[in-house]
Amino acid sequence: MKAIISDAWTIAGKDLGNEWKNKQTIGMMVIFSSLVILVFSFAFDPTNNMVKAVIPGLIWLITIFSGLLGLNRSFLSEQENDSITGLRSAPIDPSSIYLGKVMANCTMVAAVQIISIPVLFLLFDYRFMGEFLWFLLVLAAGTLGFIIVGTFLAALAVNAKNSEMLLPVLLLPLLSPLMIAAVQATRIILENADIQDAMSWIQLMAAYDLLFLAACFFLFEFIMEGS
Amino acid sequence: MKQKSGFIDTAMFYLLIPMVFAALYFVFIWSPVEKFMGAPQKIFYFHVSCAWVAFLAFFTVGYYSVRTLIKPNIKFHIHAGISAEIGVLFTTITLLTGMIWGKSSWNTWWTWEPRLATTLILWFIYVAYLFVRRMEGSWEKIAKLSAVFGIIGVINVPIVFMAIRWWNTKLHPVVFGDGKNQDGGGIEPPMLFTLLFCIFTITLLYAYLMRKGIEIEKMRHAVKKAKNKAINRLAG
Amino acid sequence: MKELVHMLELKNLTKILGDKVILRNVSLSLDRGESLAVVGPNGAGKSTFFKCTVGLLRPTSGEVYLDGELISKNSMSVKQKIGFLGHESYLYSTLTPLENLKFYGKLYKIKEADKKSAELLKEVGLHLFRDMPVRSFSRGMVQRLSIARVLLAEPEILMLDEPHTGLDVEAAYLLNRILKEKQRRGTAILMISHDFEQVQELADRVAVLSKGKIADTMAIRQGSNLEALKEWYEKAVKGA
Repeated sequence: MKAIISDAWTIAGKDLGNEWKNKQTIGMMVIFSSLVILVFSFAFDPTNNMVKAVIPGLIWLITIFSGLLGLNRSFLSEQENDSITGLRSAPIDPSSIYLGKVMANCTMVAAVQIISIPVLFLLFDYRFMGEFLWFLLVLAAGTLGFIIVGTFLAALAVNAKNSEMLLPVLLLPLLSPLMIAAVQATRIILENADIQDAMSWIQLMAAYDLLFLAACFFLFEFIMEGS
Repeated sequence: MKQKSGFIDTAMFYLLIPMVFAALYFVFIWSPVEKFMGAPQKIFYFHVSCAWVAFLAFFTVGYYSVRTLIKPNIKFHIHAGISAEIGVLFTTITLLTGMIWGKSSWNTWWTWEPRLATTLILWFIYVAYLFVRRMEGSWEKIAKLSAVFGIIGVINVPIVFMAIRWWNTKLHPVVFGDGKNQDGGGIEPPMLFTLLFCIFTITLLYAYLMRKGIEIEKMRHAVKKAKNKAINRLAG
Repeated sequence: MKELVHMLELKNLTKILGDKVILRNVSLSLDRGESLAVVGPNGAGKSTFFKCTVGLLRPTSGEVYLDGELISKNSMSVKQKIGFLGHESYLYSTLTPLENLKFYGKLYKIKEADKKSAELLKEVGLHLFRDMPVRSFSRGMVQRLSIARVLLAEPEILMLDEPHTGLDVEAAYLLNRILKEKQRRGTAILMISHDFEQVQELADRVAVLSKGKIADTMAIRQGSNLEALKEWYEKAVKGA
C-alpha cells in the first residue's frame, strides 16, 4: 500500500512538474472557466437579485466544464510515445497510476477553483457570508468525487478515437447524484442556513466519494490490461 | 441443441400472443376505472411494467458485466449488449408513458418525481454504455471497457434514486405518489391482478426479445468470422 | 539446481485476439547470457508475442516463466527484471532526457538514480543534450535515450523490439557494443529484428516466427555466412 502511494506521488509529481513548466492546461482551464462565467453573466443579468440563487449551481458548472478539459488531457498526454505502456511495464501496481492521476487532476482543478470562484463572486457582485470552512469542505468533497469518477472514465474514454466527445457523455450522468448533493449543500451554506440541513448532503457526498474511489481503484486494472 | 432453442423460442412466441391480448383485455375492459384519475390511469399498468423491465435489464447488464470481467467470454459480452439495447427501448417507453400520465393527472409533462427522474438518468447511462460498446478495437478490449462502465453505472443507479428523492422532499414536502399506487389508499384486487399480469407479460416479452437479439448478434459474429476467413484466404 | 532454470521459458503459448489466432503453441527457452533473435515476416505475430512475454497481454493459453516464476499480471518482481524496449519510445516529450530517466528511475526504485542517469546519458552519447526537451530530438537520439531508459533498471533480461530502427551506423555499433557487454555479464537478450546483419552480429540463436508458429530455429556460429542465413530464412517461411 505504501509503495502504491509513493509511486502515485511520483506519477502525480511528474504530471504536475510538467504542468508547472508549460502551464498550458491550467491556463486553458482558467481562461475557459472565466469565459463560462462571462457567458453566464450575459445570459442572466448579474444585477438582478434573483440571479444570486444560481450562484451555487454556477460554482459547480464552472468546476465541471473546466475540469473536463483537464481530464481529457490527463490520459491523452500519456498516449504520445505510448508512455502509458511504459508505465504498465514498470514494476508498479496499476492502481498507483490511477491514484497518481487523481492527485494531479485534483490539484489542478483546485488551483483553477482558487482563481475562478473569486472571479465568479466578483463579477456577480456576490458577498460571501457563509461559513468559510464548511464551504471549503463541501467544495473539497464535491471536487474529489468529480475527479475520482472523471479520472477513471478519462482512462476508459481515451481508448476511443473521439475521447474528448465521449468523456462528458459518460461522465455527466454518473455525476448527477454528486452534483445534486454538492449544489444543495453549497446553497445551504451560502445562504447561511442551518448547517444541520447540509449534513445529510455532505454525508451523501462522502459516501459517494468512498464508494466510487473503492470501485474505481479495483476496476482500474481492467482498463489498463488492454488486449 | 439448435432444435431445442428453436422450440423454446416458438413456444414463447405462441405463449406471448394470447398473453398480450389477455393483458390488453384485463387493462382496458376487465379492470375497474380508477375513481380520481379516470381512464388515463390505465397507462399506469404499462408504465410500471416497462419501468420494472428497464431496471431489470440494467441489472442484467451489471450481472453480465461482472461475469465478463471474471472470465472474458463473448457470450456474456453479447448478453450484456442486447440487454442494454432492449433496456433503452423500455426506458424510452417508461419515460413517454410517464410523461403522458403526468400530463393527464398533474397537468404537466414533466415532474422531478424520483422514480421518473432516475429513469431519465438511467436512459443516459444506457446510451453512454452503448457508446462505449461502439468503440473500435477487438471485442476483448471493448468487452472489458464496457463491462467496467456497466458496473460503475449499476452502482450509480441506487445513489441517483436516493439523491433525487432527498432533493425532492426538500423542495416540495408532499410528493404525489406514483408507481405503487399509494395515492388511492388501498389497491383493488382486480387492479393488482391486472398489474401483476402485465408485469409478467412484459417480462416474458423481454426474455423473448433477449433470446432473439442474442441469436441475431451471434449470427452477425458468425458472418463476420466467415467474411474474415474468406478475405484472409483471398489475401493469401 | 539454479542452472536448470531457464531465464525465460515459454510453454505452448497461444493467443487469440478477436477471431484471429495470432500465436499457436509457441514454445521457446532462453538462458542467461544467451541472445535469441526472433525474425519473421510482417503480421507474423512478433509484437503480440512480445507483449505476451512481457506480461502486457494475457495469453489465451499456455504459460510464460521468467527465472522460474510464472508471469501473471501485476507480478512486480518479474517486471523489475525485464527491460522492455518497445516500438514506441515511452518517453515524455515535454521532459528532458534527465527528467525522463529520473522519473523511470523512481518507478523502478533505483538507488542513486541521478548519478546513474548521468552516467548512462554519457554512455549513449546524449549528455550534452540532457537539458533539452525530448520533443526536439531526432529519431536516432530518441532511440538512444530509450535504450538508456531500458538499461537504467539493470534488467536481467532485455527484450528489444527492433532496436536498430532509426539508428545510424555509429549508433548501431554503440548499441551492439553495449548489448554484447551486457550479455557477457549474464543478461539474457531476446530481440525482434528485420535486420539480418545485426541479427548475425548479435544473436547466438535465431528463431523464425511465421503465421503464429515457430517455423524453425538455428544456432549462429561466429563467421557464418549472411547469405546462408537469408536462404535458410526464406525456406523456413515458405515451409510454415
